[in-house]
Amino acid sequence: MSRAVDPILVVVLLLNFLLLGTSRLRAVINATAAQGAALGTLLVAVHVETTWHTLLVAAGTVALKGVLIPGMLNKAMRDAAIRREVEPVVGFIPSLLLGGLGTGAALLFARTLPLAPQHVGSLLVSASLSTVLTGFLLLTTRRKAITQVTGYLVLENGVFIMGLLLVEAMPFLVELGALLDLLVAIFVMGIIINHINREFSSMDTAQLTALKEE
Amino acid sequence: MALALALVLVPLALAAVAFALPSERWRPWLLPLGGAARLAMTAAAVSRPDVAALSGWLQLDALGKVLLLLLDVLFFVSALYAPSYLRLRASRDNRALCGCLLAFLGTSALVAQAHHLGLLWVAVEASVLATAPTVYFNRNTRSLEATWKYLLIGSVGIALALLGSFFLAYSAVHGGLGSSLLVEDLVRDAPRLSPAWLHAAFIFLFVGYGTKMGLAPMHTWKPDAYGEAPGLVGTLLAGGLTGCSFLAVLRFFQILQAAGQADFARQMMIAAGLLSMLVAGGFMVRQRDYKRLLAYSSVEHMGILVLGVGIGGGAMFGALLHLLNNGLTKGVLFLSAGNIHRAFNSKLTGDVSGALRRVPASGALFLAGFFAITGAPPFGPFISELTILRAAIRGDHAWVAAGFLVALTVVFLGMGANVLHIVQGEPRADRPATGFRDTALTVGPPLVLLGLVLLLGLYIPPPLQALLDEAASALGPRS
Repeated sequence: MSRAVDPILVVVLLLNFLLLGTSRLRAVINATAAQGAALGTLLVAVHVETTWHTLLVAAGTVALKGVLIPGMLNKAMRDAAIRREVEPVVGFIPSLLLGGLGTGAALLFARTLPLAPQHVGSLLVSASLSTVLTGFLLLTTRRKAITQVTGYLVLENGVFIMGLLLVEAMPFLVELGALLDLLVAIFVMGIIINHINREFSSMDTAQLTALKEE
Repeated sequence: MALALALVLVPLALAAVAFALPSERWRPWLLPLGGAARLAMTAAAVSRPDVAALSGWLQLDALGKVLLLLLDVLFFVSALYAPSYLRLRASRDNRALCGCLLAFLGTSALVAQAHHLGLLWVAVEASVLATAPTVYFNRNTRSLEATWKYLLIGSVGIALALLGSFFLAYSAVHGGLGSSLLVEDLVRDAPRLSPAWLHAAFIFLFVGYGTKMGLAPMHTWKPDAYGEAPGLVGTLLAGGLTGCSFLAVLRFFQILQAAGQADFARQMMIAAGLLSMLVAGGFMVRQRDYKRLLAYSSVEHMGILVLGVGIGGGAMFGALLHLLNNGLTKGVLFLSAGNIHRAFNSKLTGDVSGALRRVPASGALFLAGFFAITGAPPFGPFISELTILRAAIRGDHAWVAAGFLVALTVVFLGMGANVLHIVQGEPRADRPATGFRDTALTVGPPLVLLGLVLLLGLYIPPPLQALLDEAASALGPRS
């Protein structure tokens, strides 16, 4: 594992806070794209030797998480002509605070888990859990369908970081499977977003309230 | 080798045909065709000990056989219901519905056979994604909302399950084991897995796959999805897809069991099981929509399944038997409820009464299905619930047994009030007949399923008994 790993993880963590603190959808999508690209470089950094296989998967990760999916989301945002997340269930400052608390808790929890000798001292586990939590917060407290999808992407990014502890153990097929599944999931969500947009002429999931217990 | 792959690939090929076929009228017949082909292959596969492919990534063991039998019987019988139902709904495009259900049939065989943790995750995720468009069959705002929740909550669950799988894999790396993620290798080397990572892994896996099963408190997508989807889809989701996620939980339980950490998993499963039963019971008492009522019944029975595994011993057998009983009975309920929905054009209990007069066969099936699912003899669920209860009392879980009985009573009362209102009395004057009548093809399939539920209550065929015993013994000692 090279020395570049922890600095990249710090960037990922800072992007988490940016995601939680901003109301502009474009900034949210761009931060998600930057995080996706950071994960691609991280994939190269955790490998001791750089092989063609690693570079290929890394390039795929950057293309998918950094370019393709954010591009789809940007297009959906333009089609729907919305720019801002308004009135989230939990405000921006409180969600920043929650994110900070969550990152602290993730650091503490990660210390209770024993690491293999080659990983001791690394931020990977705590960064992973903190990113998962950020994604979960975005997903549950924001109202726009696009922000919820970026929340899911960030959550997946967190899972991806955890997967980096296993690069030696995980065969190619599973890496590919995970990326492919992500693409299909976002694709299906994109279609549904389109329908929501057409049906309500907005992408506000706050309008999806017909189904509940009385 | 060929059989293991054919179980997956034949339905997928038919799904492709369904998407390509232009005829709205002929496309639904692909469902029974695919169901029959799969049932025939499964019948051949269950009696063989060596169905495997891809160097052990796919293997059909006893647990997988139980799930595959349930899926295929349920799919074939409810597929016979599909053509006449879809003719009634001719204004809706059935391309996505038929194609996606066949795709789900294919991926479900992947779940049943996957012995590699990564492949298992991919298979469950694919099954969830394949079924999402079927929830949106009605193309209205309500089904749109249901589909969105189903996708989003389901995806979070599946992401957490992947995180849990990574934790489990890391417990092997930390224990200095090789890079294999095959269930057999992990079970064999289980004592060397790192316990701290194993515990954390099971928490994430149980929450993740539990979300897909619909255990409380991660069940919130379920009433929406089952309430808005056609009865045919409800059958396959409640009876089939939940079983896929349950199988995934069992695979990880197997590893914890082998590692000597089963007690940790058991406590979680008992707590989640009882909570699901009680929450479901509470919502059923106040429920006014009879399809959502069935969804809460599904939450309750998922609770019973994990509760059975949590109690262990003889309850393990009970839980596996209950997987079959619940799946088949859900088929009776969802299909007959679909008929009643068509006959009254409403799924609100307040609007519907006198179903026994307007659609006598569907009304009677709905009533019989209610008695079966709430554990009345002589139906199958009575036997499996009794088995679990007996194991709970014998295994010093007196308070669990008490909670189990309280929850069953609440559910019986809550569900009974709705069901009796629907079947008894006279149809309301402001709910004119819709022209829907019971026919052989809309009543036959739920009747066949009810027959099977009755059979399982009276007599379990020896080969099935042996298969269930073998599957239960893979999950721990029978004390």
